[in-house]
Amino acid sequence: MDLLEKDLRDLGRVRAPEGFANRVLTAVGIVPGGMDAYASLDTPVGMLHVAWSADGISALRLTRSGEDFERWFGARLGRRVVRAPALPERLAAQVEEAIAGRSRRLRFDLGRLSPFEQEVLRKTLEIPRGEVRPYAWVAREIGRPRAVRAVGTALGHNPIPVLIPCHRVVRSDGALGEYSMGGPRVKREILSREGVDASWLEELAARGTRFVGSRTTHVFCLPTCRHARRIQVANRVPLRDETQAREAGFRPCTRCRPALVS
Amino acid sequence: MGAERDAELTAALAGDLASGFEAIVHAYQHPLYAFALAMSGEPADAEEVAQDTFVRAHTALRRYPPDRIRELKLNAWLHQIALNVVRNRVRRRSLRLVPMESDMPVADASPGPEARALSRAALRELANLVSGLPEQQRSAVVLRCVQGMTYSEAATQLGQPEGTVKSNVHRGLQALRRRAGSLSEVS
Repeated sequence: MDLLEKDLRDLGRVRAPEGFANRVLTAVGIVPGGMDAYASLDTPVGMLHVAWSADGISALRLTRSGEDFERWFGARLGRRVVRAPALPERLAAQVEEAIAGRSRRLRFDLGRLSPFEQEVLRKTLEIPRGEVRPYAWVAREIGRPRAVRAVGTALGHNPIPVLIPCHRVVRSDGALGEYSMGGPRVKREILSREGVDASWLEELAARGTRFVGSRTTHVFCLPTCRHARRIQVANRVPLRDETQAREAGFRPCTRCRPALVS
Repeated sequence: MGAERDAELTAALAGDLASGFEAIVHAYQHPLYAFALAMSGEPADAEEVAQDTFVRAHTALRRYPPDRIRELKLNAWLHQIALNVVRNRVRRRSLRLVPMESDMPVADASPGPEARALSRAALRELANLVSGLPEQQRSAVVLRCVQGMTYSEAATQLGQPEGTVKSNVHRGLQALRRRAGSLSEVS
């Protein structure tokens, strides 16, 4: 074999550029093992970047560019993410449905979050559209009644806002509280799109009303609970707190669980 | 390259397309990229050709029943797709006027004579020369000398008699020696 033939064999040992295999895989819709893929998605909420792994959606964010998203993703979740040409069709449809409030059958990959964060987010997923719950409610429900502030922090770092509805968690004093995806104003907008009247909640809180009781069933609810909204005006009893409710003979609603149901 | 490994890959592929295909991409990304680089002469084209090859392979595999997938001769099958991708591109490209690459001097090529591996620039230049060969010679040289197929394998791949492939390789190498001057003397 002469030099030219040796050189040609060398040419046959050239390696594909860094990241080539991952680009190929994402091009055919396969998420490379141990990685997340992401793509942008135009929605009524704005241009989103959505990341997913084999286990489900791992992140969603309003970011200006893919580079911004990749940087944020690496810092927040500590793993690599590769760009895909688009979301797989089914996933895109599911996300769009969920944003429009029509479907809740989404799978999430929360694997890189702490167990506490995972519990907070899974609990938050249970809050129905059109209703809100206080931070303290989430803390109590996951068995960490004193971790109210930590719940707020976990929700503030929610990597999948909108789809995991951290906007449905508000302060006990009636204020909406912070929102990572654009502040209280955006939170108010999203809630109002879901049928929650934030001003009404604030008025209730200003009057010192945290619960609503029913004279006919003797059950008390959080104000946005579907059961509370069914109470006729004549039968509604505004309640200040749990003690007052219990003393007046009301039991906590088993649906919205405004207090420990015992 | 391993017929045994190929059999394992196709068995995995017949079982599960996604994970099986991922294994194939990892096994074949370098050889197919090298093939594409030698055939097209430009790294940017090579990446497109190689990616296109995998995408077409994936599209085809989605329609194949498991039995057919298990019987695939993977190496030959992927090279066939890659050959088709290159031919289609060349046909498309030749509609536009592509200026002939002038023989660029090799920029940085001076590793010691004993550790004689071509520099990146020299490899690019070599790929460029190979890609400039007439089609028959180019395919024969690339399959036989770059990809390391036997004459018999290359003949099957190209659907030509072995003698034709041999003479195309021979003439291709001669042409390269003339044009290269050669690269080896530069380095």
